[in-house]
Amino acid sequence: MDLFEYQARDMFEAYGVPVLQGITADTPEEVEAAAAKIGGVVVVKAQVKAGGRGKAGGVKVAKSPEEAKELSKNIFGLDIKGHIVKRVMVAQGAAIDKEFYFSVLLDRSNRTFLSLCSVEGGMEIEQLAEERPEALAKVPVSATKGINLETALSIAKQGGFDDETAAKVAPVFVKLYDVFVKEDATLVEVNPLILSKDGDVIALDGKVSLDDNAEFRHERESMERDQLDPLEAKAKAMDLNYVKLDGEVGIIGNGAGLVMSTLDVVAYAGEKHGGVRPANFLDIGGGASAEVMAAGLDVILNDPQVKSVFVNVFGGITACDAVANGIVGALKTLGDTATKPLVVRLDGNNVLEGRYILNEFAHPLVTVVDTMDEAADKAAEFANR
Amino acid sequence: MAIFLDENSRIIVQGMTGSEGMKHTRRMLLGGSNIVGGVNPRKAGETVDVEGKQLPVFGTVAEAMKATGANVTVIFVPPAFAKAAMIEAIDAEIPLAVAITEGIPVHDSAEAWAYNVDKGLKTRLIGPNCPGIISPGKSNAGITPSDITGAGPIGLVSKSGTLTYQMMFELRDIGMSTAIGIGGDPVIGTTHIDALAAFQADPETKAIVLIGEIGGDSEEKAADYIKANVTKPVVAYVAGFTAPEGKTMGHAGAIVSGSAGTAQAKKEAFEAAGVKVGKTPSETAALMREVFKNL
Repeated sequence: MDLFEYQARDMFEAYGVPVLQGITADTPEEVEAAAAKIGGVVVVKAQVKAGGRGKAGGVKVAKSPEEAKELSKNIFGLDIKGHIVKRVMVAQGAAIDKEFYFSVLLDRSNRTFLSLCSVEGGMEIEQLAEERPEALAKVPVSATKGINLETALSIAKQGGFDDETAAKVAPVFVKLYDVFVKEDATLVEVNPLILSKDGDVIALDGKVSLDDNAEFRHERESMERDQLDPLEAKAKAMDLNYVKLDGEVGIIGNGAGLVMSTLDVVAYAGEKHGGVRPANFLDIGGGASAEVMAAGLDVILNDPQVKSVFVNVFGGITACDAVANGIVGALKTLGDTATKPLVVRLDGNNVLEGRYILNEFAHPLVTVVDTMDEAADKAAEFANR
Repeated sequence: MAIFLDENSRIIVQGMTGSEGMKHTRRMLLGGSNIVGGVNPRKAGETVDVEGKQLPVFGTVAEAMKATGANVTVIFVPPAFAKAAMIEAIDAEIPLAVAITEGIPVHDSAEAWAYNVDKGLKTRLIGPNCPGIISPGKSNAGITPSDITGAGPIGLVSKSGTLTYQMMFELRDIGMSTAIGIGGDPVIGTTHIDALAAFQADPETKAIVLIGEIGGDSEEKAADYIKANVTKPVVAYVAGFTAPEGKTMGHAGAIVSGSAGTAQAKKEAFEAAGVKVGKTPSETAALMREVFKNL
């Protein structure tokens, strides 16, 4: 899960990382009230998960609450790289002396953590890495040893900080690493980390990605509420692994790799059938029961974009007869409200029993096909009717 | 031969007495694996009857190794305890640890891996979040069904469990020396390259199927490695061409960020290394059959 800036700001604050006041607002009136509460110069910042907000007109400085309100009217509804602005953060203004860059992230390629650091912050980091790679220090961080004050100082020096400034930012690096570890983040980035004219180090922006696998040891429900598509939220409530896409062929399968592969095979098949595409990713997991199968079908059939459904299961632990029973159960429950054709391909564990159950059921909407490629073709054909 | 796992493998199961552990211990035994015991500190000293075989339960991996001569452990413990289980296996210096558990926080896997590195990499870790490894007809350490295919000359290495099964099924007419699922997490112990190196060195393996998916750069590195080091024929399949940027597709590792880690980039890397890439699993299997016609 990627956090919004305001969520990252709140998280930083909880760990003692120095941040400025920031209040979220969903209407121009709320912006005005927030600006009045903060007082002085404020910055109205669009809350979208996309870079380049400033260039897109999503960040404006205001000298008064009235001005903040007026400026925010042009920010709400703005389309920034496909993200519509529904919420802004009104942040206290800062007198910036210098801008720096710091991040710590999971470096999967080297199976370790990595800290990136530069005394030259503010610009987009990809640009810095491209134009002046020598200015961006890349320091591996051991997952067993972490970042203490000593390593933080070393990172700062490699990033080009002088001794005096390094001594000021290093304790903040340690706290940011604390956020990274204790919140199970895969990325904590501050750009810019600033030195104010008063000599204070402040995190002026924040980007945090959290590891979904670590959810069991954190309270993240309130943060999640702001994140999910309604169908995704429903699937999550049923413990299904679902991602909404924009095509017409609903997909259900078992195992992440097989489902990803199914999306691709359907997209290829769609090229011959009016360009139909997969409507979603839905992995019912290993060992899926009839109930899970039925819950998955329920989510997909409720997607108005879906024109046909492709159920693709290779039974390893999952038994094909359980999958078939799930389909039968779901269709019985739906009764006459089921109107979308289902193409089913089963192989592996108990495949004969599974196919037998579907053949006996003989539902007019269900077509059983032997191979994955043929089934994808059939599902694409139905979606294009 | 086969790689990493063979008829001499003596397997213990960490988390054997749990429901998943017990189910798969039974399946592995029925599939012909030599399971010699289990580990659960709360049930140490007990004996469990599994399919007529009396399996002793030990308090630690080290004790189990000492008593049974085990050289492989399969880890089934829940995500919250998986880091401790991996570290225990590494501390015992067991030659092979296969972590099946899905949903382990990546900080835990990274820490366990760093610990393994600190300790001098005495344990080969496979996974986590993987189906394990099977050398058909010899041994099976993990959750792969034992009866999909018999022994044969193909080596298979894959990030995905069900795609491993699918490919074993597609190529069951030829058979496999070893099929290894390395797992779909961002931090894993055994990589595509590790498996490629072992298959290249294994006289029983005549050709290799590599299955990758979006995310990370393991496939790109594998392509470079193949070009420089692998003389056996390799065909590849990559899943996730239609996956959108920034969304996690089930496997925690399968996330595309920017242009890095896309299926297209991986396919191009393989093709540049002279590796044929199938568009679908069955087309990939067909490419492999072509290879065998010409061998």
